Amino acid sequence: MERVAGQAIFSSTTFREEREADWARLEELLRRAEGGSVRRLSDEDLLELPVLYRSALSALSVARATSLDMALIAYLEGLCTRAYFFVYGVRTSFGQRAMHFFTNDWPAAVRRIWRETLIAIVLMLAGTIAAYLLVSNDPSWFNAIIPSGLAAERGPDATAEALRATLYDDNERNGLGVFATYLFTHNAQVSIFAFALGFAFGVPTALLMVYNGAILGAFVALFVDNGLGFELGGWLLIHGSTELFAIALAGAAGLHIGTKIIFPGMESRLAAARRAGRTAATAMIGVIVMLLFAGLLEGFGRQLITDDWTRYAIAAAMFATWCAYFYVPRLGDGEH
Amino acid sequence: MASINPALPYGATERTLITPEGVDLRLKLATAGQRAGAFLIDFILLIVILTAFTIAVVSAGLGTVGSGSLAGLEIVAVIWLLGFFLLRNFYFIAFEIGRRSATLGKRAVGLRVVARDGGRLTADAVIARNLMREIEVFLPLSFLAGGEGVDGWIALIGLAWAGIFLFFPLFNRDRLRVGDIVAGTWVVHAPRRKLEIDLAGGNGEAAGAFAFTEDQLDAYGEYELQTLENVLRAGNAETEANVAATIRGKIGWEWREEEEDRAFLSAYYAALSTRLERRMLFGNRRRDKFDTGEDGSNA
Repeated sequence: MERVAGQAIFSSTTFREEREADWARLEELLRRAEGGSVRRLSDEDLLELPVLYRSALSALSVARATSLDMALIAYLEGLCTRAYFFVYGVRTSFGQRAMHFFTNDWPAAVRRIWRETLIAIVLMLAGTIAAYLLVSNDPSWFNAIIPSGLAAERGPDATAEALRATLYDDNERNGLGVFATYLFTHNAQVSIFAFALGFAFGVPTALLMVYNGAILGAFVALFVDNGLGFELGGWLLIHGSTELFAIALAGAAGLHIGTKIIFPGMESRLAAARRAGRTAATAMIGVIVMLLFAGLLEGFGRQLITDDWTRYAIAAAMFATWCAYFYVPRLGDGEH
Repeated sequence: MASINPALPYGATERTLITPEGVDLRLKLATAGQRAGAFLIDFILLIVILTAFTIAVVSAGLGTVGSGSLAGLEIVAVIWLLGFFLLRNFYFIAFEIGRRSATLGKRAVGLRVVARDGGRLTADAVIARNLMREIEVFLPLSFLAGGEGVDGWIALIGLAWAGIFLFFPLFNRDRLRVGDIVAGTWVVHAPRRKLEIDLAGGNGEAAGAFAFTEDQLDAYGEYELQTLENVLRAGNAETEANVAATIRGKIGWEWREEEEDRAFLSAYYAALSTRLERRMLFGNRRRDKFDTGEDGSNA
């Protein structure tokens, strides 16, 4: 036995000693790469890293087959996992990614959910019409539909003059920035919520769309009854063409996930949910960008511009811009 | 020998991830406890950051009040609203899009987010999984707070409904959150490890004092070897004494004066691992002490 032990045919100890320095080097490179930007690594380092990664990976295979040192195998597994995710990780810079998002990913994602967008719009319209009919027949419905905080001084008891004042009054001019920011964050949060609820097979999202439309319908009914329909249109649409569009898209993103979970088609349910989730998430980031615009239009544009026709013109221009941006096909635009 | 191989613990939480080079990385899924712990750390951090941020913004606001202009106050309010919004929605996203694919809490626990297909973790996946937190965390929280203007029973039903999303990871094998399903991600436990010292090498002279016979080394297999490795790495004197006594009894080792338990165990470990590893090279594995190599699979 002693004699056999003397002739080391292969020893895991020497195997380890030969490679330890490489592993330490790989660990050091990874530590620097993960700690900050890749720019901290020199060109040589970046060339060396995949080589070290592959040698660590082969060392892991050898160690699994020849060594019984569990700590060593666990160490190599951890090291290789980290290196793998670095070597095969995302390489594009933030700037490139943002560029690609605006020129390609966002419009493509919005196009891919066009069916759900139409459904969301129909649901909102249904809510609007239903609430309009209810409130114009019986104004007491107004308080049942609209939360009192949102209505403020606008209510069934208000006079036409008071209502007119709410459309043009700029008593909030002092706090415009705060107002715009509040509206933006609030709407964005509601949209994210509508999106996330899509997971429950889209049902709560659909309800949210109908309810959103109902709030709108109740307001329209109230103002139309007081002969202020045209004026309300300008007040609403200057930001609403962007905001309602964004909310419809958020609802569509949620519905997209919900319907793909119910009807996965040829894919497995998990795979379908994943694909839908990614498309919807891309659309959602766009929704938040749109709501930022809407918040600015609502906070500043609406308070500073009080001419009805100008309001309508801005609303139409915004709507046309969004539609062109999303739906006009462009050159070299393959749907992957 | 039936069932699992103790030398290769392919547990219920292990998943294969085969790299393009053809090596299985054997990712370990994070347990529900680890994930809850990581989330708790993040949540506490969020609250601490929010408190510090609010104090900073409010004190800046008080400063502008002194100067008597409202414009300053307005900017302060805008900063707070935007800061709160960004923190709530983008704290997780910003960290997980980064190179480590983990929030501070996940880093502390040794977790990271990976794409289930082993490909790159994309920004849209990270965004999808984190926007879903809205129904997993904030929805139950809002029902817990009593809901907005709904009465007790409705709030309770809502809470139960929201709880389905909160406890979703406990109901599936892969511990997937709702966000993970939608994003196609996994959370794996991949802590940074230090390379531990080699227990089998480096004590050549000391090993000379212990000469084990083949019979003595044949008493144990790989499973016992790894148990012994854990005992040695833990370095608890009492356990070592117990284990040393057991092994001495099993192999019929004569205890000599002044023989240290740890030295004995180290020497036995080195000798046993050398022997088992050599047998492995010849395709002859011995899983544990009951493995006689006679069932044909190891021949």
